[in-house]
Amino acid sequence: MTLDGWLQILFFLALIFAVTKPLGLYMAHVFNRERTFLDPILRPLERLIYRLTGVAETREMRWTEYAVAMLLFSLVSMLALYLLQRFQNFLPFNPQKLAGVAPDLAFNTAASFTTNTDWQSYVPEVTMSYLTQMAGLAYHNFVSAAAGIALAIAFIRGIARREIDAIGNFWVDMVRGVLWVLLPFCLVISLLLVSQGVVQNLKAADTARLVEPQKIEHVAEDGSRSLTISTEQTIAQGPVASQEAIKMWGTNGGGFFNANSAHPFENPTPLANLIQMFAIFAIPAGLTYTLGRITGAQRHGWAVWAAMAALFLFGATAAYRAESRGNPLLAGTDQRASAAQPGGNMEGKEARFGIAGSALFATVTTDASCGAVNSMHDSFTPLGGLVPLANIMLGEVVFGGVGSGLYGILIFVILSVFIAGLMVGRTPEYLGKKIEAYDVKMAMLSVLIFPLVILIFTALSSVSPRFGTSSIANPGPHGLSEMLYAFTSGAGNNGSAFAGISANTNWYNTTIGFSMLIGRFFVIIPVLAIAGNLGRKRSVPPSLGTFPVTTPLFSMLLVSVIVIVGALTFFPVLSLAPVVEHLLMVAGKSFS
Amino acid sequence: MSETSKKKAVWDAGIVKLALLHALVKLNPRTMMKNPVMFVVEVGSVMTTLFLIRDIATGASGTGFSIQITLWLWFTALFANFAEAMAEGRGKAQADALRKAKTETTANRLLRDGQMEIVSALELRKADIVVVSAGEFIPGDGEIIEGVASVDESAITGESAPVIREAGGDRSAVTGGTRVLSDKIKVRITSNPGETFIDRMIALVEGAERQKTPNEIALNILLAGLTIIFLLAVVTLQPFAIYSNAGQSIFVLVALLVCLIPTTIGGLLSAIGIAGMDRLIQHNVLAMSGRAVEAAGDINTLLLDKTGTITLGNRRASEFIPLQGVSETELSDAAQLSSLADETPEGRSIVVLAKELCSLRGRELALPAATFIPFTAQTRMSGVDMDGREIRKGAADAIEKYVGSNGAQATNELREIVERIARSGGTPLVVADNRRPLGVIHLKDIVKGGMRERFDQLRAMGIKTVMMTGDNPLTAASIADEAGVDDFLAEATPEDKMALIKREQAGGKLVAMTGDGTNDAPALAQADVGVAMNTGTQAAKEAGNMVDLDSNPTKLIEVVEIGKQLLMTRGALTTFSIANDVAKYFAIIPAMFTVAFPVLRALNVMGLATPQSAVLSAVIFNALIIIALIPLALRGVEYRAMSAAALLRRNLLIYGLGGLVVPFIGIKLIDMLITAIGLA
Repeated sequence: MTLDGWLQILFFLALIFAVTKPLGLYMAHVFNRERTFLDPILRPLERLIYRLTGVAETREMRWTEYAVAMLLFSLVSMLALYLLQRFQNFLPFNPQKLAGVAPDLAFNTAASFTTNTDWQSYVPEVTMSYLTQMAGLAYHNFVSAAAGIALAIAFIRGIARREIDAIGNFWVDMVRGVLWVLLPFCLVISLLLVSQGVVQNLKAADTARLVEPQKIEHVAEDGSRSLTISTEQTIAQGPVASQEAIKMWGTNGGGFFNANSAHPFENPTPLANLIQMFAIFAIPAGLTYTLGRITGAQRHGWAVWAAMAALFLFGATAAYRAESRGNPLLAGTDQRASAAQPGGNMEGKEARFGIAGSALFATVTTDASCGAVNSMHDSFTPLGGLVPLANIMLGEVVFGGVGSGLYGILIFVILSVFIAGLMVGRTPEYLGKKIEAYDVKMAMLSVLIFPLVILIFTALSSVSPRFGTSSIANPGPHGLSEMLYAFTSGAGNNGSAFAGISANTNWYNTTIGFSMLIGRFFVIIPVLAIAGNLGRKRSVPPSLGTFPVTTPLFSMLLVSVIVIVGALTFFPVLSLAPVVEHLLMVAGKSFS
Repeated sequence: MSETSKKKAVWDAGIVKLALLHALVKLNPRTMMKNPVMFVVEVGSVMTTLFLIRDIATGASGTGFSIQITLWLWFTALFANFAEAMAEGRGKAQADALRKAKTETTANRLLRDGQMEIVSALELRKADIVVVSAGEFIPGDGEIIEGVASVDESAITGESAPVIREAGGDRSAVTGGTRVLSDKIKVRITSNPGETFIDRMIALVEGAERQKTPNEIALNILLAGLTIIFLLAVVTLQPFAIYSNAGQSIFVLVALLVCLIPTTIGGLLSAIGIAGMDRLIQHNVLAMSGRAVEAAGDINTLLLDKTGTITLGNRRASEFIPLQGVSETELSDAAQLSSLADETPEGRSIVVLAKELCSLRGRELALPAATFIPFTAQTRMSGVDMDGREIRKGAADAIEKYVGSNGAQATNELREIVERIARSGGTPLVVADNRRPLGVIHLKDIVKGGMRERFDQLRAMGIKTVMMTGDNPLTAASIADEAGVDDFLAEATPEDKMALIKREQAGGKLVAMTGDGTNDAPALAQADVGVAMNTGTQAAKEAGNMVDLDSNPTKLIEVVEIGKQLLMTRGALTTFSIANDVAKYFAIIPAMFTVAFPVLRALNVMGLATPQSAVLSAVIFNALIIIALIPLALRGVEYRAMSAAALLRRNLLIYGLGGLVVPFIGIKLIDMLITAIGLA
C-alpha cells in the first residue's frame, strides 16, 4: 500500500462529501417542484410532455397507485426492449449486421436493463446493434435510474408527511428525474469523458494492421493443435461517451464493450476513472441530504451519510490491502510496489489504474448497484474478491444505487430503530413515526427476498452438474464464489460479473433474469407499502425521550445492524467460498 | 394479598414446581405454534428424535453425540415454556389469593314492595338493590345509593385501613368481596356475576385474557422473519456443503439452526409481557390491557392533579396577617372561633395554628348560644354567631361583599395583602368580625417532598408534566414553579382537561392522567393512559384503562416507569439474542467443515476441543442462557431516568456488546467442562 493509493481513496471520499449538499439540495428542489436554475429550459419541455401524455401534474397518488404505475411502466419498457433485441436485424443503425438476439438472452437482458442491473451475459460489441444500445439499453439506463430515484423520493415523502395518504405522482417524479437530475449532468459528464479520449461515433468497427502478427494456438477437444496467425485487429467503436455517462450517473453499469470500464475507449485515463467513480456515488450521496432536507432532520441525513462512508472506507481499505499484498503462491516474484511497478496482485487489472484505482473502483461499483468494472473481480485475491461480493450482499446500501441505495438503507434504519429503539423504553419510532407491525412485516419482507433468491438459486446451481457447475471455470471454493457472485449480483441489481462463469446458458440466463426481477420489484413493493403507511401516520414531536437518529452512536448502530444481518445470513456460504479459499491460499494450496 | 406475597422471590419453590409441569404441557404443538421461533425448535427436535431412533435401530455409530444434541434441543423448547409458565405462575398465585375473597356470600335483596329476601350472591343481576350491614360482605360490585359506611377493602388492595364509602359524590363505588365494618348501606348492583371487578382481576393476573400487545406482535414478526432467514441459510448450507464434499448430518444442521434463530428472546418474550403486567399488579395497579402498559412507556405528557399528587392534598394555615389597628391575637382568636366547627383539614389547621401562635386553647364546640354557620356555595363563607358577634371567614370577594361599606377604608390594604398571598401561591381567607375585616389567613399548599427531583427525571426522559388545578392562575403558577412542573392548567374544568388532552394528542403526543370523579370519565377515556382511582366512581373506573387500588395519584409516574421498563427489557433481550449469533457461528461453522478443510481451524477462535464438543457447547449455551435470563425477564432490566441517547448508549453497551462477548466466554467454559467430564 502506498501513500499515493491512500490519497486517491481519501480524495475521492472528500469529493463525494463536497457534492452531497449541493446536489442533495438541488434534488430536494426538483422533487418538491420548486424553482431551479434549469427551469427556463426544462419547464416548457416538462409541460409539453404532460400535455402530450395527459398527466395531471399536481395530482398525487396513493402508494398502491404509485406502485401499479411503476410496475406497468417497467413491464411495458421491458417488453419493448425484448422485442427490440429480437428484431434488431430488421432495424436501422446496425452497421455490423448483427443478428436478432436469442430468446433467453433477450429476456435476461431486458430484465437486466429494466431493473437497473445491467448484467450482461453477452459481448455487447458483437451482439447488440447501435440502435439496441442507444434506443433500448440507454433508454433503460435513464428510466430505470429515474424510477429508482422516484421511489427513494416517494419513501422520503412518506416519512416526512403527516396523515396524508399520498406519496407523489410517479409520472411527474419520473419526468423530473430524467429532465432535471439525469440528462443535464450526463451531458456534462459525456463531454468530460470525450475530453479524456472516450469515443463517440456511429461508425462500424475499424480494422487495423498489426505491427507484429499474433500467433494463436488452439487446442481442439481431441487434443490436436492448430495455429492461426492474426495480422489484423478489429477495433470496435460507437456512441460510447453518451452511454458511459448514464452508465455511471444512473448506477447502471452496462458497458458498451465487453471489457466495460477496463476498455481504453470507455475509460482511458486515471482522471476519466475518477470522473466515473464520482458519477457513481454522486446521486446516492446527495439523496442522503435530500432525505434530511425534506424530512427536516438534516443531521439525520448526515448520520446516514456517515454510516455509508464508514462502510465504504472499511470495504475500500480491505480490498486495497488484500490486493496490495499480492499472491503468496507467487513467493519469489517481486510483488512490492516501486517506481517501476504497482506491485501487489495485478492480474486482471489495468496498469493505468494500478492497485488503488482498481480496488477503489471495485468497492465503489459494488457499494452502489452500478456494476461497471475496470478490473476483473474474478482475478482478485480471495479476500479482495470478498469485498465486492460482501458489498452487494449487504444490500448495496453503501451510498448504493440511485434511489435504491437510499431506500435500501432506510429499511435497515427502520430495523435498527425497531430492534434497538425499545431499549430507550418507548415503542420504536423513526423521525416521529411509530414503527408498527405492518412496517416491520414489510421491512422484513424486503430484507428476506434478497437472501432467498441468492441462496436458493446458488444452492440449486451448486448441486446441479448439468446446469450449474458445468458453467464454472474453476473447481473448489472459487467455483462456488463464481456462482454465488452471479446470483448476488443479479438479485442485488448490481450487474458486475465475477466472470469466470459462462453465464450465457439457458439456466443462468433464466435464473439470473428472475433473480434480477425479484430482487428489484419484490423489494420495491414493500418499500412503497411502508412509505404509504408512514405517510398516513400521525407524527410524534421529538423530545429528549425520542430515540436519537442523528448521533454518531446511531451511525454505529446502523453499521452494526447492516453488517450483522448481512453476516448472519451469508457467513456459512462465504466461509465455504472466499474465506476457505483465502485460508487455503495462505496455506499454499490452489485449485486448477 | 399480603406484603410478602407481593414481592415474591423469582425462584419460589411452589411456582417452580408448577411451572415445570406446565412447561411439559405447553409442548403441545398447537400451543407452540403461537410462537414461531420456538415452534421451529420443536419441529427440529422432533426431526432429530426421529433420525436418532433410526440411527439407534440401525446401530449407527456416534449416537452418543446425537442423543445429547437431541436432548438439549428438547431442553431448549422446554426452558422457553418454563419461562412462560414461571411468569404465569406468579400471576396464578395472586389469583388464588383473590379467589379466597370471592367466597360464597348471600345478599339481602330489596324487593319492589320494600320487602327483603335472602338470595345467593350469584343470583344478583344488574340494577338489583341490596342492603349490606356491618360485618357483612358486599355481594357484588355496585354503587351506594343510600348511607355511608366504613369498608374493609384489604381483599383487593392489601391495605388494612378501612375506607369510607358514601352515597353520592365520587366515593360511592363498592367492590364485591369487600366487607362493611360499620353502618348500613343500600347498594345498587352494577355488574352481573362473572363480570365483577374481582372476576376481571383474576382473569387478568392469570393471563387468561392475555392478548399480544401491538409491539409484541411487531416484534414477533421480526423474530419470525429472522427465523426464516436463518432457515434459508441453514437449508441451503447443505447443498454448498455437498458441493464442497463436506455433507452434514441432520443433527449438526438442526443444532446450527436452533442456535441461530432468536430463541433467547423468542423463549422469553411472552414471559416479559406477563411479568410487566405482574409488576403493575405488585404496585396495586390493574391494567385492563397490555396495550395500556405499552402506551404507558410512550407517554409524552403527564396530566397530574395538583391536590394529592403534587401537594399534600390539604392547604394549611401558615400565617395570620392582621390589618392595621388589629392585633394578631384578636385576629387569631376570631379565626379560631370561626373554624371550630369547620371539619375540613384547612379549618383544623387554622385552629392548630392559632393554638401555636397565641396559645389559644381549643374551645369546646358546645359553646353556649353559639350558632355555627356552615360553608355554602352561595355565600362562600363559614363562621359562627355567638355572644352577639358575627364572625365570618371566606374568600376575599365574598367577605368584601359581606362587609359592604364597613370595609371601605380597609379595602386597599386588604386587597394588597390578598394579592400578595395569592401571588405567592397561597390561598387568602379574609376574617371579619361583625362585618369589620380583621385580617387575612394565609393558607398554603404544601408541595410533597421529592417531587421536584421526580419531575426533573421525567423531563430528562422527555416527558412533560402538566399540573391541573382548580386554583386561580396566580396560585397555580406559584405552585407549579415551586414543584417544578413544566406547565399548568389553572381553574381547570373537566372540559378544559378534555380540551388539553385533545390538543396534546393532535400534536401526536400520548397523554396519561388520573381521575376519580364521574366528570373525569370522558377525559379518562380520551387519555391514552387513564388511571382511575379505586375510590372513584364506577363511571371513572369503566372509562380508564387502569385502576389504582391504592388510589394514589402519584402512582401515575410509576406506571410510566413500569411501561418503559417492559419495553426496555424486550429491546435489551432482542439485541442480546441477535448479538449472540456471532459467537455461535464461530463455534459451529469451523466444527462443521474442519474435516473437509482443516485450514478452517483458523475460525475456531475459541479453541474448542473437538467438532462435537463445539456444536454441543453452542447448543447447551443456547439452552441455558434462556434459564439464566429468566430472572431478568421477570424483574425487568434496571430502570434509570435519563435521556434516550444516554439510555441507548448504556443499554447498547450492556446488551449489545455484552451479547457479542458473553457467548464466546460461555461456550468456551461449557466446552472445557464437557470435555473434562468426557461428554464429547
